[in-house]
Amino acid sequence: MQAQEARAADPLPPAHARSLYRAMLTARLIDGEAIALQRQGVLPAYVSARGQEAAQAGSAAALDIERDFAFPTYREIAAALTLGVDMVGYLASHRALWHGGLYDPVASRFGAVNAVVGGPVPHAVGWAMGERLAGRTGCALSYFGDGASSEGDVHEAMNLAGVMRAPVVFLCQNNRWALSVPNERQVAGGSIAARAAGYGMPGVAVDGNDVAAVYRATRQALEHARSGGGPSLVEARTYRIEPHSTSDDTSRYRDPDEERQWRERDPVARLRAELGEAGHTDDTLARVEREARESAERVRDGICARPEPDGDDLFRYVYAEPTDELARQWRAWREEAAP
Amino acid sequence: MGSKLTLGRAINTGLRQAMEADPKVLVMGEDVGKLGGVFRVTDGLQKDFGADRVIDTPLAESGIVGTAIGLALRGYRPVCEIQFDGFFFPAANQTFSQLAKIRRRSAGVLSVPVVIRIPYGGGIGAVEHHSESPEAYFTHTAGLRVVTAATPEDAYWAIQQAVASDDPVIFLEPKRRYYEKAEVDTDATLSAAPPLDAARVARPGSDATIVAYGPMVKTALQAAEADTERDIEVIDLRSLAPIDYDTVADSVRRTGRLVVVHEAPLTNGVGGEISARVTEECFYHLEAPVMRVCGFDTPYPQSRLEEYYLPDLDRILDGIDRAFAY
Repeated sequence: MQAQEARAADPLPPAHARSLYRAMLTARLIDGEAIALQRQGVLPAYVSARGQEAAQAGSAAALDIERDFAFPTYREIAAALTLGVDMVGYLASHRALWHGGLYDPVASRFGAVNAVVGGPVPHAVGWAMGERLAGRTGCALSYFGDGASSEGDVHEAMNLAGVMRAPVVFLCQNNRWALSVPNERQVAGGSIAARAAGYGMPGVAVDGNDVAAVYRATRQALEHARSGGGPSLVEARTYRIEPHSTSDDTSRYRDPDEERQWRERDPVARLRAELGEAGHTDDTLARVEREARESAERVRDGICARPEPDGDDLFRYVYAEPTDELARQWRAWREEAAP
Repeated sequence: MGSKLTLGRAINTGLRQAMEADPKVLVMGEDVGKLGGVFRVTDGLQKDFGADRVIDTPLAESGIVGTAIGLALRGYRPVCEIQFDGFFFPAANQTFSQLAKIRRRSAGVLSVPVVIRIPYGGGIGAVEHHSESPEAYFTHTAGLRVVTAATPEDAYWAIQQAVASDDPVIFLEPKRRYYEKAEVDTDATLSAAPPLDAARVARPGSDATIVAYGPMVKTALQAAEADTERDIEVIDLRSLAPIDYDTVADSVRRTGRLVVVHEAPLTNGVGGEISARVTEECFYHLEAPVMRVCGFDTPYPQSRLEEYYLPDLDRILDGIDRAFAY
């Protein structure tokens, strides 16, 4: 089985493309607000997804949120937004109010933010096995990156999924940089999609900045899983425009010309141009853009206004019920140190 | 009505009960299906519950625990078997960074009721990585419950309670006691069993207390019997996280002396924690410092040397003597 290089996809129906544009642009604007909030000291740190909006929105839009479930890592703002996750709750993770964010992962069909590279990938496989065992038709989608593709957990997860024929889609956003290490030093063989063959599953590499291509490839992988065909791997090739995080400095390791070239392939600008060519009027697009801006501003204001966690939260949710020992430490803290 | 069961068979019977009581309970791991596990603890379960509920997985410890987490997130109660103590370590990331933290990470919305069964400890003449006592790694991790069992009766109930727990449970099985037989009242109800985290007075006494758990309980009891001069109380800890300090402290307040015994290396072991805590709670009752009789701070040795490494009757008696030297 050879990994397929998907051809440029046919455009999406106008209303669908417009809604993806709204999601991608809103995510882009929230991302920008988050970087600004980090500069202002409101967020201790932030990890930008700029440049990866098509890969995320296109794949998330292919999910059926009535029955599917997505397992994110920590750079999935556009996927979260597309699935309707409460974005203030999502950014609560970046404001250090709660590690996993403060949205409901079950209701959102979107797992808690997870900062261990490759860690959640086997969770998606287990969830998918359980869904099949329950006789249901939902699929799991696992987000991970080119860096995670080097982790042993990703291998174990893919092999398990292949053996169990679990209904899971492995969605790799290959953004070319795992912090400071480029694909050439990360991905032996040069293609993550090609690895699918070794697990007996379909693998496809798509232009990750083409939202229609990502959407269609993910959709096809989900249909394959839903119809009993088992797992597949979609590699969305894209680029991390911003540094790894707001604490990172790309000038130490990458050529600014490369960044400039990828900025010219911006997925949000590209989709806007396509929408214009497809006959959307400037007025229509301006309205979408205004809505996106208003929405991003609401999220910004919301995260700034979100109250600090309660000191007692330190002791909560460690066990279903606090153990006697934890309750003792909690009492001692309240007596001696609580503000 | 009871029946005589080995400790291994008691776990098998307990697992069977748990699977009959709740269709969401799954068993998964290497060789747990057709073979019934290398110690046959899951013997016959796949035949009776099917390959969907008793899953032979690829040889991938991290993948086993990681997919168990996913199954738990989907509403199941997976019981994973790690074949031997020393093979747990590839699953450390999934256990410490994921399993133990998911409830907290999700502010209590997500629950991951996974049991990880691990045959542990030495004394069976095994090769490297097959005789270790890794309990302190687990007890140092918030979010995990860590239990073990010293008798078939306890093993039978504890495995069912571990499966029913909404917290992740590390279930340590004393592999050298797998074949010890005792009466188990399999007709009693689960709710009548002592709580999973309660210690047990295995032998009452008045002059000194030994705290032991898992494979060392039997050795501690033998030492107590062998000491004809002094009346030794033996406490079987049963749960290592959390620890039932009430039962331990109550005993030490009566006896004034404590010896803690475990196979795991001495330094930073469970014994050190018990020693510190008993010193805090029972300072004015103690007639002597708390003594520890443990494995040495060495890698677990080749089996030709394990008799020197493992605490035995003589070393425990020597520990009691040291406690009486004050």
